[in-house]
Amino acid sequence: MKIRVDPDKCQGHARCYALAPDLFVVDDYGQSTVIGDGAVPEALEDKARLAIANCPEYAIEEIAN
Amino acid sequence: MARTQPVDRWDTDFDVLDAGYIANPFSIWDQLRTTCPVAHSDRRGSTWLPTRYEDVVALAHDVEHFSSLEVAVIPFDGDEPEDPVLLYGLPPISADPPLHTWTRRLLLPWFSHHRVEGYEELTRKLCVDLIHGFEADGHADAAVDYAQQIPARVIARILGVPPDLADTFTGWVRDVLEFADDPERRVHGVDGLLTFFTEEVERRRTEPGDDLLSELLHAEVDGTPVEESVVLGMAALVLIAGVDTTWSAIGSSLWHLATHPDDRARLVAEPSLMPLAVEELLRAYSPVTMARVVTADVEFEGCPMKAGDKLLMNFPAANRDPEAFDDADRVVLDRALNRHVAFGSGIHRCAGSNLARMELRIALEEWLARIPDFHLSDQAEVTWAGGQVRGPRILPVVFA
Repeated sequence: MKIRVDPDKCQGHARCYALAPDLFVVDDYGQSTVIGDGAVPEALEDKARLAIANCPEYAIEEIAN
Repeated sequence: MARTQPVDRWDTDFDVLDAGYIANPFSIWDQLRTTCPVAHSDRRGSTWLPTRYEDVVALAHDVEHFSSLEVAVIPFDGDEPEDPVLLYGLPPISADPPLHTWTRRLLLPWFSHHRVEGYEELTRKLCVDLIHGFEADGHADAAVDYAQQIPARVIARILGVPPDLADTFTGWVRDVLEFADDPERRVHGVDGLLTFFTEEVERRRTEPGDDLLSELLHAEVDGTPVEESVVLGMAALVLIAGVDTTWSAIGSSLWHLATHPDDRARLVAEPSLMPLAVEELLRAYSPVTMARVVTADVEFEGCPMKAGDKLLMNFPAANRDPEAFDDADRVVLDRALNRHVAFGSGIHRCAGSNLARMELRIALEEWLARIPDFHLSDQAEVTWAGGQVRGPRILPVVFA
């Protein structure tokens, strides 16, 4: 599984970071980005799906599985 | 109290200050969603009230047609001052781009995850001290003695102003938001806030500290210092937006736990649920409604919106929409799919959302750790405020 954050959609709600801090970093302005190239370790796939399902801006996409 | 006439038709003549609406808006929204999802009223100027999640989010993102220059849900009903101090309102909340963009960038780092972690210890100690003040009594007003006391003191620390002024701040903010349809109280609140911050700003010109006010005063944007009117507006915003809102969320959450023993027991038994539970309580009892002003005639979902009309960003109703949330009217503490918009949606997402979440979480954690078993002492004594910010104002509870 591989994910990315669309920087134009992200408005800094930081729900992804709260739910999956091992997968996202959030900067001082709230902008979220995936850690590394966005590849999700198998053990964290559920958390990645939780982050996707809770982003109010639909800013997180699964780009490969 | 609010000056309201009884409402017969919620679709064409709603009133958000109606006592029945303030106490229980949920059934009214449910009814409107199926019959007239964007309601209208002429009671405080031509105003539209969307109730569906999809509509509220679409409207929040259309910043071209729906401007933030007027965000007050209850319009000011008195004479505007001839020589206004706040030339730009309360940026960034009451601004459109480009003013919105750069003022928001100045503010956001003060409420980042990293900074907010730094306020956690202060918040926890504050909550513990408050509980120590009443836990031996066996009863308390969870709104007045607890919820109301927390955010004003945390915000005071961030602004770098004395925490013992917390009650004064709370009074001003309530005048501005909660009693907004009383021109005398609104003017009293605004004058109090502005006189205070004008003096604080003057002092920081010569004695800067490590606080938000000092940084704003000494900040430069594209090589130009920030105008004092903008600094005052931003300072007033942080106080106004950071007090009533979070206090209402804490109060509503405690009301829910006082009236839902199963949820209370579950949260006590499974404290690891807290982060999801906080989001769910924010969804179910979203305190804040914002307003927009229509910039040019536009039709939305068949509604002929005219330039100058007001639009209420009904985030609380969006969060109860069964099209967006399964079992929307039930609190599900571990709800896994929860794209709630309690903090808004789009470019005006609440700048203080990280702080609000932290305060709500700590307030509930410390309360439940010390007072795991509590209930309302008398349902009839509970009062709610509404309009711009909904939450309990009197909330007497008893505990073992």
